[in-house]
Amino acid sequence: MGKLTFSMGGVHPHDSKYARECAIEELPLPKTVWVSMAQHLGAPAKPVVAPGDTVKVGTVIAEPGGFISAFVHSPVSGTVKAVAPRKDLAGNPVMHVEIAVEGDEWEPSIDRSKTLVTAIPDDKAEILARIKACGVVGLGGATFPTHVKLSPPPGKVAECLILNGTECEPYLTSDYRIMLERPKEIVVGAALMQKVLGGCRCVIGIEENKPEAIASMREAVAALGFPGIEVATLRKRYPQGGEKQLIDAVMHRQVGSGGLPIDVGAVVQNVGTSLAVYEAVQKNKPLITNVLTVTGDHLPGNLQHNYLFRIGVPLSFVAEQAGGVPESAAKIISGGPMMGKAVSNLDATTVKGSSAVLYLSEKATRRRRETACIRCGKCADACPMGLEPFLLNRLYKAADLEALEKNAAQDCIECGCCLYSCPAGIPLLDNIRQAKGQVMGVIRARAAAAKAAAEAAKK
Amino acid sequence: MTQTIIWTVAILSVLGLLLALILFWVARKFRVEEDPRIDAVEKALPGANCGGCGFAGCHAFADAAVKASDLDAQYCPVGGDEVMQKVASILGRTVAKKAPQLAVVRCNGSCANRPRINEYDGLRSCRVKAALYSGDTACPYGCLGCGDCVAACKFGALSMDPETGLPVVDEAKCTACGACVKACPKHIIELRAKGPRGMREYVSCVNKDKGPVAKKACAAACIGCGLCAKTCQHGAITVTDNVAYIDPAKCKLCRECEAVCPTGAIHGVNFPKELDKDAVKKRIADRKAKAAEAEKKEAANG
Repeated sequence: MGKLTFSMGGVHPHDSKYARECAIEELPLPKTVWVSMAQHLGAPAKPVVAPGDTVKVGTVIAEPGGFISAFVHSPVSGTVKAVAPRKDLAGNPVMHVEIAVEGDEWEPSIDRSKTLVTAIPDDKAEILARIKACGVVGLGGATFPTHVKLSPPPGKVAECLILNGTECEPYLTSDYRIMLERPKEIVVGAALMQKVLGGCRCVIGIEENKPEAIASMREAVAALGFPGIEVATLRKRYPQGGEKQLIDAVMHRQVGSGGLPIDVGAVVQNVGTSLAVYEAVQKNKPLITNVLTVTGDHLPGNLQHNYLFRIGVPLSFVAEQAGGVPESAAKIISGGPMMGKAVSNLDATTVKGSSAVLYLSEKATRRRRETACIRCGKCADACPMGLEPFLLNRLYKAADLEALEKNAAQDCIECGCCLYSCPAGIPLLDNIRQAKGQVMGVIRARAAAAKAAAEAAKK
Repeated sequence: MTQTIIWTVAILSVLGLLLALILFWVARKFRVEEDPRIDAVEKALPGANCGGCGFAGCHAFADAAVKASDLDAQYCPVGGDEVMQKVASILGRTVAKKAPQLAVVRCNGSCANRPRINEYDGLRSCRVKAALYSGDTACPYGCLGCGDCVAACKFGALSMDPETGLPVVDEAKCTACGACVKACPKHIIELRAKGPRGMREYVSCVNKDKGPVAKKACAAACIGCGLCAKTCQHGAITVTDNVAYIDPAKCKLCRECEAVCPTGAIHGVNFPKELDKDAVKKRIADRKAKAAEAEKKEAANG
């Protein structure tokens, strides 16, 4: 059998996984942490602590602010200093809870032992409730609340749970490290999610450039013997970790425009999320830690790390612990080089979804000078969603929203393959992202109008 | 040979005549009856087709004006009162006069006032930049300086000042069509009453951060101290979300707010004389002293 992959588009950037041999180290605690209230997709969480309150590791400090939202827990023990806006990664003010660290006292309900708990609770609702109470969100990038994703709407049945271990973004090695160091926990997490979804099969998709991870996961699956879990080797190709691409690669099914994975019977979760689910359900440990990679191009080995960090630690502290910002760094990126965001503010704090601090040199980040489109069609070849980026770019410039919608600008997953492949250096992604935003606005307005009309008709 | 030429000319002439007749007949038979007033109104309009009135163009505006029962909902910002009076007289209606407006850029963040803290190497577009992050200064509310407003202006009324990095409005050319207001992702530009002889006072800042934070980001930010609101005798100034706003309808152009503003966030333009801050401050102090005295007297009497 050939190796699995998605059916169209994609690019092959060098994988640059320089930090792959760095074992996960625990990041020391700083003096102060700032925990963001907007760490997940959806409504920001509502703080439930006030300045002066004493918190332990794992104390709830914020409640969900809506249906799609999540609990936030204190990552440290200490005193709440302030609940105030602070600048996030992009420099925009976001509500943060500031906690001064004192000692490291954990909530007694959290099981901190290393023993593997493999017994799966019988009650589905209880598993789901624990996932929700522990504030688990998707750690693959979008930070979508996990309990919402694991509750398919009535009438939809999950046939396959796909665990995303592709880590197709260059440079990132955090998922790779947890697959090597904690494979059994991940498999138990998968079994828990299988249970919630009603016993569907589970495929753990890993790209071929991580043979050690594949072996490690296979061994864990065999050792634990949960039914219906298998490991699939995928060909190396970006953006394989995209939800729709991964479903295509593993199940050979395509999610339609505007559709959700559950429409084709799939639920996709990151391996990191699976680990968080294990810790939440079996150990009662909320999502207060995650693993991030500190790496860069042409960095000496001693500056590369994989850290187990407490959420809310400032990026500047991470950088300092990792040996300081190297001189060669022209740009610091949070996340991978393809979809990550340039950091304009190193005082910003880490959030649940932080996956990397990446130092890129001038040469690696320089924007190419834009020249005229030569109609080579490389962008259309590279687009994994089957869009025509050159056309969308032109329609955006002509502000033709109707045509943009017809040509599915709203389906863009912002993977950046078009921009990566364009020989003319045209800022395709920047423009299409704008177009997508505008089209989504039109679609939402239309849906709201239709809803209002339907309600008016009812009356 | 001659015959061929004669025949050709004759046939073509007859054919031309026939087709002309058909066209003439079709034009009469299938003529679209349009209110002649639409045409008349359209001719009275400036013909800029800028969309500032909210309609697709001047024809759409004229069409709507003729069909609507009154002109309350319609106003051509480019033509102003003069054109609206013409339109009203064509349609035999009356129209209320509106104070002429102007685009006003409410940001003080010049390179000197607002130091750059990082370097932006992305696409030169405010909309793209705003979607990526808060900008290359510490102020997440201020002008991004990529000139989307300049590109949106159809009248050439906006230009970027290379020294300050901020857009400048050419008052003679601005028609208050509002294209720049829509183009600015930071909502800095406001359409404001032009004021008598162009004189007006406005707060040139939209920073909602608390005083110390705003001040750190930009030397000329509005810090929401409320001194202007306290000084204003006409109740024209309100402070919401740490930003002051001067209501042009209530402002009497006394310039006292401008004199007391500690950061210089309040701007007065087109005044014949330069503001003598000390004189104005003295005037305010005198007035306060008098008021205090009067109060004392009243207390003594009462």
